[in-house]
Amino acid sequence: MNPAFAFLVPDRLVRLAGVDIAIISFYFALVLAIGFYLKGKSNTGEDFFMAGREMTAWIAGLSFLSANLGSLELMGWAAASYQYGILAVHWYWIGAIPAMLFLALVMMPFYYISRTHSVPGYLKMRFGESSRALSAISFAFMTVLMSGINMYSMALVMKVVLGWDIHFSIWVSSLTVAIYVSLGGLRSAIFNEVLQFILIWAGALVIPIFGLIEAGGWHNLQLQIAARASAEYTHAWKYLGNFSDNPMGIHWTGIVFGLGFIISFGYWTTDFLVVQRVLAAKDLRAAKMAPIIGAAFKMFVPFIVILPGLLGLAVLPMKLTGEAVAVATGGHSYNEVLPLMLARYCAPGLLGLGITALIAGFMSGMAGNVSAFSTVWTYDIYGALINKRATDKQNVTMGRWCTILGVLISVGTAYLVMQFLSIMDYVQALFSFFIAPLFGTVILGMLWKRASPAGGFWGLLAGTLSSIGMWAWVKVDPTALRYVALSPHAKDMAENMYRALWSWIICVTVTVAVSLVTKPKPTSELAGLVYGETDIPSEGHLSLLQKPIFWAVVVALVFVVLNILFW
Amino acid sequence: MPMSESREVSIWFFIGISLLVNGILILGAGVYQLNHPPDHEVVLFNLHANIWWGAVLSVAGAGYCLKFLPRAGKS
Repeated sequence: MNPAFAFLVPDRLVRLAGVDIAIISFYFALVLAIGFYLKGKSNTGEDFFMAGREMTAWIAGLSFLSANLGSLELMGWAAASYQYGILAVHWYWIGAIPAMLFLALVMMPFYYISRTHSVPGYLKMRFGESSRALSAISFAFMTVLMSGINMYSMALVMKVVLGWDIHFSIWVSSLTVAIYVSLGGLRSAIFNEVLQFILIWAGALVIPIFGLIEAGGWHNLQLQIAARASAEYTHAWKYLGNFSDNPMGIHWTGIVFGLGFIISFGYWTTDFLVVQRVLAAKDLRAAKMAPIIGAAFKMFVPFIVILPGLLGLAVLPMKLTGEAVAVATGGHSYNEVLPLMLARYCAPGLLGLGITALIAGFMSGMAGNVSAFSTVWTYDIYGALINKRATDKQNVTMGRWCTILGVLISVGTAYLVMQFLSIMDYVQALFSFFIAPLFGTVILGMLWKRASPAGGFWGLLAGTLSSIGMWAWVKVDPTALRYVALSPHAKDMAENMYRALWSWIICVTVTVAVSLVTKPKPTSELAGLVYGETDIPSEGHLSLLQKPIFWAVVVALVFVVLNILFW
Repeated sequence: MPMSESREVSIWFFIGISLLVNGILILGAGVYQLNHPPDHEVVLFNLHANIWWGAVLSVAGAGYCLKFLPRAGKS
């Protein structure tokens, strides 16, 4: 090893060769170069926070998906597929595709035509300042936590795979993201996310291809998993009829309604981290096509995330365990399955690209969180609550500084997250706290004219508090699981699904009840915000192949076929 | 792509550069390993993934670089 890297500890899965270090170094140089190149193109608020609203459908769509491909997607879901089997694929299919298509066809017109800078900004226009403040503060809180989780996951991979010191990894990656996002704003984040998306595929694709060759194809892989684990691990729907029949301890109603409807719609349609990328599209058609393009690629991400986890079940000689057991026994944890598979097939050169793919995933997720945090903080907290007369120039300056501040808070969060044993379950809990009720508020705001400002605020608050309350209830009294998740056999993920469902129902119920007894906004103030009061441009002049609805139907058909194939 | 045709170096050009450089490095490593196999061979080393994957990335990267090469008057 190069003496320059002597500070790295010797306990590692793989040893990098010079060519690997060259590939990783080139990646860091390129993302920084893009940030410096775009610095001069982010001088106004529209440029810095909205990338000038001039992204094509392809760029916005790939960025939309890449911002979601953080460390939790790559490493966490590979780990989940080793632990729970192919059930993890539901987070990519029913837990994503319907919601992404719904965003494109139903919700995007309102977001785009309202010209909002953010989701909390939409709530301000639709329901008033109090709803915006509640949403903005909870989003900012969730975002820096997510960013910290991303950092911790990346640092963990670097420690396990390369033996890099965990603090070194956190600071190098976070400072790189801080530099390129603070220089070029959302445009720089989007450019790098598209680059990272390509690198993730280029670096990770080798694992499933070689894994299938080694296992002897999908059918043989199923047989090997059935022998080493259980046949249930390779069926997506077949064993969901009973809580105790599948490794996740979940019922199909939890997957369909909790994940497929509430959590997924909440995340993909109201989480500003992803919606921000689509708002940067150059026109409404591009804004509608972007989530459809994202959905088309999303359906195939399991090939580089879920399949490696399943292959790990079949071909890895050792048995992976939970984090606590791994630490106690000196073995390998579920979270290490992707790096272990990488080390299994990739010789020097490809190994460097594979490591770069992991780093790219971590950094795209981190940059997504930080750029969204910067926008919400500047427009919806600083501009709305602290300095209402801020000029555009002041906003851009604030955006640059709070990008750096957001990174620093995230670093602090990463150190806190180290204390948690199960990263994924923790994040799912966070989603159900904030995202599920927010979806209830936004969807009622877009589709129901009668929803009043008071209804929007109290519904959102009730949904959020009830979700936190249910979580605390089960923590204090584990037997409460039978009420929250409908079964004492439910595992953490199943509990999160049902808690999200209840909090959404409570949010909607309170919103409707309060709206019916309070004064709605005048119709004249709802133009561009609500169904029935918004003039949506006709697409009649477009050819069939240009129409978003056509491609949405194509994606929906492929989605159905995939579910049947892996039933 | 419209956003890159007027005044910016296209993102696709940056991607082309990335694929090309990575492809050449990986291809080079693969060729080197033909004559100097590593001490610990990875599983399926005999398929020489470095060579064909490096070649694929190089060709794709070169194609993107040429197609989206910044030109005077049309960057």
